[in-house]
Amino acid sequence: MLINILFYVYAATLVGAALGVVLARNSVHSAMFLVLAFFTSSGLWLLLGAEFLAIVLVLVYVGAVMVLFLFVVMMLDINIAQMKEGFTRYAPLGALIALVVIAEIAYAVWYRPVDLNLLGAARVVEDPSNTHSLGTVLYTVYVYPFQLAAVLLLLAIVAAITLTMRQRPNLKKQDISAQVAVRKADRLQIVQVASEKRP
Amino acid sequence: MIGLPHYLLLAGIVFSIAVAGIFLNRKNVIVLLMCIELMLLAVNFNFVAFSHFLGDLSGQVFVFFILTVAAAEAAIGLAILVVLFRERRSIDVEELDTMRG
Repeated sequence: MLINILFYVYAATLVGAALGVVLARNSVHSAMFLVLAFFTSSGLWLLLGAEFLAIVLVLVYVGAVMVLFLFVVMMLDINIAQMKEGFTRYAPLGALIALVVIAEIAYAVWYRPVDLNLLGAARVVEDPSNTHSLGTVLYTVYVYPFQLAAVLLLLAIVAAITLTMRQRPNLKKQDISAQVAVRKADRLQIVQVASEKRP
Repeated sequence: MIGLPHYLLLAGIVFSIAVAGIFLNRKNVIVLLMCIELMLLAVNFNFVAFSHFLGDLSGQVFVFFILTVAAAEAAIGLAILVVLFRERRSIDVEELDTMRG
């Protein structure tokens, strides 16, 4: 009973937060609504017994990705009033498409529910610790995809840095090789100064 | 009792809202990226729900990989956005028609 109440509260919050992301006038508010959506999803995943993914969602998404979004939103000074031009023009089309997609999905999953026995579960989770069993699967069966995911993240780091790095003109910076290769003769000049005569 | 259809329908609603958001926010690339994150979240919901109700952990492993790809996508997308804003001083989607034939 408690789980039912929790599910409906979280589900309503999630749908409201998703609407907030789409409809908010300010991009910062959109980002904040998305943070709320991630938090409520994390709660729903806890109800489904996916504890590890729930905490990863909060740590990675709210802690890293959304902070990145907020940084970018604050770095770009965009005109909010100009942003929402044409919003009402596309509103009927967007609402229509959303309603059609919702109707299709509702027909597919609600009125023709999936028979789970036909799908055939491969492994039954017996270990009470979700993190332990997930780690066992991740590091044995899915070890190569796991490595590929690491390479993908490295690629993302390199790509993001390469894209945003720029060489500004007139920028004073060190040239290490030139500093190391410098000779004494380049820097030091011995000048013979005639000694001053006594008056 | 909360079953699989509840979770699938919730994921479907969130996904549709995100699709509508892509149609609505044609001026703002940042909100488009956020809508894509929302769509990926809805898809992850399906994976986690099926994983729970089938008692199979593979779905959760897939969610793990989707989270990785989504984080990489967000990083590169925002980097492209920053470069775009530096070049054009605007993130309006409708002005990005340089490559129109």
